[in-house]
This record gives sequence, structure tokens and C-alpha cells, in this order.
Amino acid sequence: MTLLRVEGLTRLFGGLVAVNKVDFEVPEGNIVGIIGPNGAGKSTLFNLIGGSIPPTSGKVVFGGKEITGWNPHHVAREGIARTFQTTALFEELPVYVNLVIGRRMRTRSGLWDVILHTPRLRREKNETTGKVMEVLEFTGLGQYANEPAGSIPQEAQKRLAIGVALMGDPRLLLLDEPTGGVGMGETDNIIALIDRIRAMGITVCVIEHKMRMIMSLADRIVALNFGVKIAEGVPQQVCEDPSVIEAYLGECIA
Amino acid sequence: MMKKFTKPGLYLLLLGLAVAFPWLKFIGVDKYQIRIMTLAMAWAIAALSLNLILGYTGQASLAQGAFMGIGAYSFGILAQRAGLNFWLALPLACLITAFIGLLVGLPSLRTKGPYFAIVTLCFNVIVFKVFENWTWLSGGIQGQVVPQPAFLVQRWARYYFVLGCLVLVLVVMHFIVKSLLGVTLMSIRSNENLAEAVGINTFRNKLLSFVVSCFIVGLAGSLLAIENGQLDFTITSYLYSFYILIYVLIGGAATLAGPVVGAIGLYWLLDYMKKVGIKGVEEFRYLIFGLILILVVIYLPRGVVGGTKQFWEWAKTRFKKKKTGEVLE
Repeated sequence: MTLLRVEGLTRLFGGLVAVNKVDFEVPEGNIVGIIGPNGAGKSTLFNLIGGSIPPTSGKVVFGGKEITGWNPHHVAREGIARTFQTTALFEELPVYVNLVIGRRMRTRSGLWDVILHTPRLRREKNETTGKVMEVLEFTGLGQYANEPAGSIPQEAQKRLAIGVALMGDPRLLLLDEPTGGVGMGETDNIIALIDRIRAMGITVCVIEHKMRMIMSLADRIVALNFGVKIAEGVPQQVCEDPSVIEAYLGECIA
Repeated sequence: MMKKFTKPGLYLLLLGLAVAFPWLKFIGVDKYQIRIMTLAMAWAIAALSLNLILGYTGQASLAQGAFMGIGAYSFGILAQRAGLNFWLALPLACLITAFIGLLVGLPSLRTKGPYFAIVTLCFNVIVFKVFENWTWLSGGIQGQVVPQPAFLVQRWARYYFVLGCLVLVLVVMHFIVKSLLGVTLMSIRSNENLAEAVGINTFRNKLLSFVVSCFIVGLAGSLLAIENGQLDFTITSYLYSFYILIYVLIGGAATLAGPVVGAIGLYWLLDYMKKVGIKGVEEFRYLIFGLILILVVIYLPRGVVGGTKQFWEWAKTRFKKKKTGEVLE
């Protein structure tokens, strides 16, 4: 039932406690929103779960397996995919190649397969191509397939980053501000995409500042401030929490 | 449509020219030029090896000179002192180079960007000093005699052997670059953090690229040694690392043809400067190299081949628009 469990997760940067004894759970199939003011430690929390930086103390348990301090590529193989706050793509490579790279960890062809053109290479190539078509369709990026990822519109880049993450068949998707830097009118595409990802049975954990969006999208919300969890629960409950209103919201708009 | 026909056609034409080259006596190809071309092609193989680790994987190795020397000496010592058969000594020399590449890559590839360049350059300087001083290994000033097997005694035979090796390396490079492995390497060049986040073991892939690169540059070194019939410790010089780097940058990094164009073009240019006979022009070659490098980096950041490709694409769209009378959007 619980897909991801974080226990007492702490990270110090010198004297600064960026993430302070945070506990929370992500139930399978849910969308969990993470909110908080700038510098609350939201992105650091994702970096700790994803393995980009090791935690000072605490535990990360994914699907019943402890993955604390694993390398990013091991965490990814285990089934946690992520996107970055500043949209990270392979910018000079075409959109479809970005997707191919996202699938690479599920393929095994190495140097000898390449030199000897083994059947395995051919099979994996076909499988990857099929998956690329599927994800291009799913994210609505078909028209951009051959263009360099860095040259397509910002909103499409955000969808591509999610597409790259989906290529590896993740069980948990960590989205760091999927609509950041995207105009209000263009966020609907991305919201619809996240909704469809949940419908596929993929659990989603999303950092977001647009409260209206997160209130309607998330099943649960975790609120952070100065690295500490100040509230957790269903959206309405968190939104009306006095400490959240004081630290972040000002007033509950939903 | 046009692309489909012109590209293999162009390659076949170039290959045909390369095969016919030694017989083109009527345009003045002599023994000396066959030799220059043979050496140039060996350098082209070295440039291709750097292109794999620098152009495609994005890791600036400045130790190619050292590995070229290690390959050349491995072959020379195995073939002459150990008296090994040519067909055993050549692959073994490449394997030794690759193995030493593995040992060097394990610690050095943990550094990134300019730090990796510095670490590899240091390694090259160390190797140079070692070969300079361990005369039992390098043969000192006298150097090491390199035997030429019976079938490579003829000048033209060596030419075709090196040409064959170059074509083979190009084919293998083509397979690597156009495959799942190739895009994996390019993902590391493009965004290493993201590559890690999508499950790519970047360290292992960088190491693989580095080791393959060492294998290939070991081959280049062996071929140079065979062509020259002897070698001395100067072949491990870090200056050669920069030569190879210049070939790749001027020809065009991350293109298949670039390093070959750069190496062969510049090698001929160098030879031409020698022949023109202006006294001391040879001493200026570094200066001229430097000038060309600066101009290329400023005006053709993707090298001669990359620039030509860009121009071709531009010209094609221009031509197409004119022909169909389309209005510019």
C-alpha cells in the first residue's frame, strides 16, 4: 500500500539544516503534493530520495526496500523517475533521442552487441522505437520528434522531461515544479498529463507553487517550512492549517 | 531524397580515390607521398579515438599521445624482443594499451571537465618521463627497432594495410555512434546529471568509451611504428596529444568524418609547408597550427565538417525555397 516511506530524513549543508527529520508516506496510486515557501527544502528532499545527494541521517524505503544513499542510476533502475526544477533535457539532441536515452536503463545491449549486430540489439531497438512512439503520442510531442529538445517551446520541454521519465516504466514519478516557468494558460496540458499518468497506475509526487492546481490534483499534501514538515493530510485540511497559512499561503484560497 | 543518394555515393567515391591513390603517378604521386598518406591515415585513426571520448562522450582526454606511445612500444617490444607473430603482436599491443587505459581511467574518470583534462595531461607527462629515463624499456636515443612482416615490406602494402585499418575503425565508430550505446555516450556529454537520473551508469559508460578509445589509439601507434620501422621515446610526448586534439577540433568533433579530414588535411598542409622550402617554415608550424585553431574555433565551432554540414543544410533550404517559389515565413 505504501510505495515510498521517508523516515527522519535529515540533510545538513554546513550549519544549515536543509531538511530536518522529515517523515512522510506516499501511498501507491496517489498524487502527493509537496508545498512550502522558497528554501523550504522541497527540492533537497527530492535530491535525497533520488540519490543526487546522500542524506546526513534518516531512511528512504521504496517498495519495502531501503534505498537510502543509493546512486541516482540505481534509484532510477529501482523505479523512481524524476524531473528537475530547471528543466533538464539533452538539449542539443532531437526529442526522440531524448526519449531513447530515457529507455536505455531497461536495455542491455553493450559494445559487443553494437559491433556484432546481435539479435538482442535489434530486438531492443525495435522495443525502444515502439515505446518512443507510445510516449510521443501520450505526451503529444509527435510534431517535435525530430527537433532539438532545446529548441521546442518551454511548455513542450516540460512535457518532454516527463516523457523521458516515463520511458523507464517508473513506479514513482517525482515532479519538481512541472508547470514552473509556464504561462497560466498553458498549464492545463501538463495537469491533464499528470492526471493521465495517475490513471496509468503510476504514483506521483509533485512539488508545486500553483495552489489552485495542487489542491485539485493531489490526494494528499505535505507542507514544509525551513526543512521541517509543518502539516500533512488531505488538501483541504492542509490548506486550512494555521501554520501553513502563516508560513506560506497567507489565506486558504480553495 | 537527395541525401539518400549522395551520401553513400560520396563515401564510395572517396574510398575509390583512396584505393587508387598509389597508382595516380600521372598527377605526381610518388613513393614519398604514399608514405605521407600512410602516416596521415595512422594519425586519422588516432584522431578518431579521441573523437570517441572527447567528441561523443564529452571527456577531454589529453593522454592520447601517451597511449599511442604505449601501443607503439607494446607492439615493437612484442614483435622484436619477444619475437611474436605479427597477427598476435598487433591485437595484443592494442589490448595492453586498453588495459593500461582501464587502470588510468578507473581513478581519473572520477574527475570531471577540466580536471579530467589536467589529470590525463599529467599522466602523459609522467609516461613521457618514464620512457625517456627507462632506457631498458624504450631503448633511449637509439630507440626500438620495429620489424615489418614480409607482407608489409612493400610501401604500397603498408598503405593498403593502414587504409584497411582506418576503414575498419570508421565502420566500428559508425556502429557505435548510431546505436543505443552511442546515444548513451552522447547523453553523458549533454547532461551527466540527467543521464544518471534516468538510470545510466555514467561512470561505467565513460570508462568503456575511454578503454575503447585507448584500444584504437594503441592501434594507431602500432601502425605508425610499423610504417617507420623503428620508434623512440618521443612518440609518447604530450605534444602529440595536442596534435590529435587539433586534428579533431579543426576537422569537427562529434562528426565521423571530421577527425579524418582534420588529420589528413593538416598532415598534408604540414608536409606542404616543408616542401615549399621557405627556410625555417617548419619551425613556424605550431604558430600556423595555432592560428588555424583560433580561426576555426571562432568561425567554425563545429569544425570544417560540422561547418560544411551546416552550410549544406542552409543551402538546401535556400535552394528548395527558390525552386518551389515558397514565401519566407
